[in-house]
Amino acid sequence: MIERLTAGVPRRALVLLGVLLAIFLVLPVLAGDYVLTVLILILYFGYAGLAWNIMMGFAGQLSLGHALYVGLGAYTAGALYVHFGIGPWIGLLAAVAIAALAGAFVGFLAFRFRIAGVYFAILTIAVAEFARVGFDHLSWTRGSAGLFLPVAQYAHNDLWHLRGHPVMFYYVLLAAIALAFVASRLLLQSRTGYFWLAIREDEEAARSVGIDTFLYKMLAVVISAAMTAFAGVIYAFYYNNLFPEQVFNITHSILIILGPMVGGIGTLFGPLLGAFLLESLAESLRTLLELIGVDLPGINQLFFGIMLLLVVIARPEGVWPWIATRLGLAGAQK
Amino acid sequence: MTRKSHTEAGRLTRRQVSVGLGASTAIGIAPFGIARAQSAPLKVGVLLPRSGVQAGIGQDCQRGVDIANGILKDLGMPALEIMNGDTETKVEIARSRAEKLITDGAQLLVGAFDSGQSTAIAQVAEQKGIPYVINIAAAPPITEQGYKFVFRNFPTAPMILGDAFLNQKELFEISGYSPKSAVFLHVNDTFGTAMAKGIGGVMPKFDMPYKIVETIAYDPAARDLSVEISKAKATGADALLLVSRLNDAILLTRELVKQRWSPNAILSMGPGWYEDQYLKTLGKLSDGPISFVPWYDPNKPLSKKLETALANAHPGVNLNTNHVYTFEALLVASDAYKRAGSADPKALADAIRKTNITNNVSPGPGIQFDAKGQNDKLKNSAIQNRGGKLVTLAPKAAANAKPELPMKPYDKRG
Amino acid sequence: MQLDIFLNVAVGGILTGLVYGLMALGLSVIFGVVRVVNFAHGEMMTIAMYAAITLFAAFHLDPLVMLVPIAAVLFAFGYALQAGVINKFITRPEHSQFLLLIAIGIIIVNVLLIIFGPDAQNVQVPYAFDSFKLGPLIVDATKVYAAGVAILVASALFAFFRYTPVGTAIRACADNHTGALVVGLDVRRLYALTFGLGAACVGAAGCLLLLIFDVTPSVGPAYTLLAFIIVITGGLGSMPGALLGGVLVGFTEALAGLLFTPSAKSMFAFAILVLMLLFRPQGIMGKRAA
Repeated sequence: MIERLTAGVPRRALVLLGVLLAIFLVLPVLAGDYVLTVLILILYFGYAGLAWNIMMGFAGQLSLGHALYVGLGAYTAGALYVHFGIGPWIGLLAAVAIAALAGAFVGFLAFRFRIAGVYFAILTIAVAEFARVGFDHLSWTRGSAGLFLPVAQYAHNDLWHLRGHPVMFYYVLLAAIALAFVASRLLLQSRTGYFWLAIREDEEAARSVGIDTFLYKMLAVVISAAMTAFAGVIYAFYYNNLFPEQVFNITHSILIILGPMVGGIGTLFGPLLGAFLLESLAESLRTLLELIGVDLPGINQLFFGIMLLLVVIARPEGVWPWIATRLGLAGAQK
Repeated sequence: MTRKSHTEAGRLTRRQVSVGLGASTAIGIAPFGIARAQSAPLKVGVLLPRSGVQAGIGQDCQRGVDIANGILKDLGMPALEIMNGDTETKVEIARSRAEKLITDGAQLLVGAFDSGQSTAIAQVAEQKGIPYVINIAAAPPITEQGYKFVFRNFPTAPMILGDAFLNQKELFEISGYSPKSAVFLHVNDTFGTAMAKGIGGVMPKFDMPYKIVETIAYDPAARDLSVEISKAKATGADALLLVSRLNDAILLTRELVKQRWSPNAILSMGPGWYEDQYLKTLGKLSDGPISFVPWYDPNKPLSKKLETALANAHPGVNLNTNHVYTFEALLVASDAYKRAGSADPKALADAIRKTNITNNVSPGPGIQFDAKGQNDKLKNSAIQNRGGKLVTLAPKAAANAKPELPMKPYDKRG
Repeated sequence: MQLDIFLNVAVGGILTGLVYGLMALGLSVIFGVVRVVNFAHGEMMTIAMYAAITLFAAFHLDPLVMLVPIAAVLFAFGYALQAGVINKFITRPEHSQFLLLIAIGIIIVNVLLIIFGPDAQNVQVPYAFDSFKLGPLIVDATKVYAAGVAILVASALFAFFRYTPVGTAIRACADNHTGALVVGLDVRRLYALTFGLGAACVGAAGCLLLLIFDVTPSVGPAYTLLAFIIVITGGLGSMPGALLGGVLVGFTEALAGLLFTPSAKSMFAFAILVLMLLFRPQGIMGKRAA
C-alpha cells in the first residue's frame, strides 16, 4: 500500500512531506497557547477543506453549503453527549451517518433532477440555510438558545471523551488530516478517482464512455459529507457551545472553502496550504494593525478582502500549483 | 492610560479611530505571578464584537470602556491599562483573541456581550487561570459550569423576567391601569429564546393581571415585521410584551403606526426600545414604551459621574445598559486589583470573589458575587421613554418619575 | 382566521415582493448575459442605500428622486467592475468567479462599516408612517410607492432591451455569444454595459428598499441570498421571471408568517427554492438552461 501511495511522487516531495509532518508534530512544544489556538484553527479549516476538496476538487461538484455537514456532525455528537452522556467517538458514528444521509439527500435531489453548475451550488446554500432556520426551532438541541456542552476542566486529557487541553485537539486534528490526506491520495489513484476526474473535466464525455456519473457523483458527495461531519464533532467539543446562527452560517461555509480555493482546488496540499495562508494572514493583519496602533473595527477584514482579491486575480489556479512548480515538484501537484 | 480616542460622532458618519501605542504593543510580556508594584496599571483585555453582525452593540459597549479610566481616577482607584480585542462577532475569533490578549500580558479579561463568544472566552480564562468578568450575556449556563475564574455582573434571563413582572405590578398599581391581555412577541435568538423559555416558569409565580393570549416568535434577521404586527393586532390584546433588539424595535413601531394599532402598554424586557437610535429615529413616536431591563440607578452618585463623563466623551449619547455594565466590569477589575495588592491572577480572582462594591451604578445593594460567580443581588429597573429622554419608574428607591399608563395612542400625538 | 388580516398580509407581501423583484432583476440580467453569478449583489445594494442616506442628509432629497443619480452611480460602478476585473474571469470556472465576488463583498461590507459605523440607518421621509385605508384593508404608503416605482424601473428596462439597438445587441450576445462575435459586436463593452445595468437596477432597488427597511453594513449577504432565491424561482436570466419570483417569495413569506410561526418564514422561501430547482429548474419563466 505504501508503494501505491508513493508511486510517481518525486523524492523531493516525499522529503518535503516528511519534514512538514515533523514540524507539525513538534510545533505545539514550541508554540505558546495563542499560537496553538491559531494552529488549531488552521488544522480545523485545513481538514474541512480537504473534505470539501473531494467533492469539488475531485468530482467537480461545487458545494457552497458545507456548513450543513459541520453543523449536523456537531449537533449530533453534541446532543448525544448532552442528553445521554454518549462520548464523541460513538457520537461520531451517528454524526457521520447523519451527515452522509444529508449528503445523499442533497446529491440524490440534485443529480436525479440533473441540477448542475451554479444551480447545484445555490441548492447547497439553500439546504444549509434551511437547516439553520430549522435548528433554530429544534427544541431537542435547544434551538437558538444554544446547546452548551458541560465544559471540561483541564486537569487531565481524556481522549475518549475529548475533554482536555487544546494540545489534545491539535494532535487529534493532525491525525485526522494525515488520514484524510492519505485517503484522498488513495481515492485519487483508485478507479473511483479517475472517474471523478473524468466527470470533473467533461461530464458528458464521461457518461458517453459508460461511467455511471450519477453513482460516482453521489459517492463524492457522501464521502465528503461524512468526512466533514468529523470537523463538526471537533467543533462541538472544542468550543463547547453550538448556535445554529454560528455553525450553519453561510460565512462558515465560505471560510471552509476559501482555504482550498486559495491553495489550489483538486490538489492534496492546496487545502492545507490555503488554510495556513489565510489564517496566518488574518492573524498577522490583526497583530500588525495593533502594532501600528490602528484600532478601527473592520479594517483587518478589509485588508483580508483586498489580499483575497489580489490572490484570486494573480493565482486563479491557487497558490500550491505555482509553488509546486517553483519547487520542482511539478509532477506532484496532487 | 496610553490609549487615546478621537471620536467624531456625526449624524452621518461615526468613526472611531483610536490611536495609541503601548498597551497592545507589549508582546511576550513578563510571566504572571510576579507581584507588581501597585503603581503599574492592571492590564485588562477587553473583548467586544466591534465588527460583524453585532458591531453596533460592541462599539456602544466600547464607549463604557473609553470613559472608565477617568472615573476610576476620580474615585482614587487604580488605573487600568486597556488592551482591546475585536471578536468580529465570531466564536472562533473570540477564543483566539482571548489567547492573544493573555499572551500579550493581559491579567484580567472583560467582555463579550454575546453568550456564545463569552462561553468561548470563559474556557480560555478558566484554563489559564485568568479572571474573566462578563459585562453582558444573559444565558444561564455560563455560570453553571463550575468555573472558578469567571464572574458575571449581569442578570440571567430568569432574573430579568422575575424583576420585570415585579416592577410591572408596581407600575400597574401606581398608575391604576392594568392590562387584561397581552401578546408576547420575541426575537428568536439566544436571548429571546432564553426569555421565552423562562416566561412559562416565572410568570405564574407573580399572579399577573394579564393573560398571554398569543406568543409570536420572529426571525432576528427579519427585514419585514408587518405580518407579526398584523397577527398581534388581530388578537386585540391590551398590551404588547416584548423581547427584541434595536432594529426590530424600530421596525415594529413603524408597523404599529402604519397598521394603526396603539396598544395600551408596550412592555419590553430587552434592548431596543430605549436605545438612542430608537429615540432619534422615531421622534415623538418613540414616547411611551416601558423597558424592564438591567439599568442604572439615577439616584446613585456614581451614575451622575458616569452620565457626565459620557456626555463629555460622546455628546448626545444617553447612558444605557451597554455602557453601565461594561463600566462596572472594569470597576470590579480595578477594585479587586486595589484589594489584592497584586496582579497575581489567583489573588485577583480571590479578591473578586470577595467583591462588595456599594458605590456603584446599577440598581440594588451593589456588586457581590455568589459561589458560582454570579451577581445575584442585581435589580432591574423599569424605564420609560418621555420626550426623547429616559426616566426611571421602578424600583421605588431608584425612581425619578411616575409611569404614564396607558400609553398615548400613536395617532393622537400631533 | 379573519379574511381582512389575510388580505392585509397578502397585499403587503406582494408589494414588498415587487421591490425584491427589482433587486433580483439586476442579478438576473447580469447572469442572463454575462453568465456570472454576482455573489456581491446585496453588498452592492447596500452601497446604494448608504449613498441615498448621505444624499438625504445633505440635500433632503426624497429617495424616490435620488434613485436616478444613484442608479447612474451604481451603473458606473458596475461598468468599471466588469470592464476592470470581472471580464478577465468570464472564461474562468464558476468557483473562481465566486471567490472574486466574495472578496469584493468582504471589501464593500467593511468599507461601509468603517465609513458609516455599525448602527442601523434610514431616511425620514414625510410619508414614512402613512398608510392608506380602503375598507378593511390598510396599505403601507411607502410600500405602495416603492412597488410602483419598481414596476416603472422594470418596465423601462424591458423597453430598453426590446426597443433600443444596444438592448437588442445585448440580447444577441446572451443568445449566441459566438454569433455576436462573428457579426462584429463589441462583446466586452456590451458585457460591461450589462453589468452596469444590473448594478443600476440594484441601486434603484436599494433606494426603494430604504423607504421600507433600515440598512446596516452587514445586511448585504442576506439580500444576496434573497436575490438568489428569487431569480431561481423566477428563472435565472429571465426578466419577467425575476419580478414574478419576487412577488411569489414576498407573498409566501408573508403567508407563512401568518399561518405558521413568523420566525421560520424564511424556511419557506428556501423550501420554494428547493422545490423549484427540483421540478422546474428553469424557473417559472425561464428557458431550460443549456
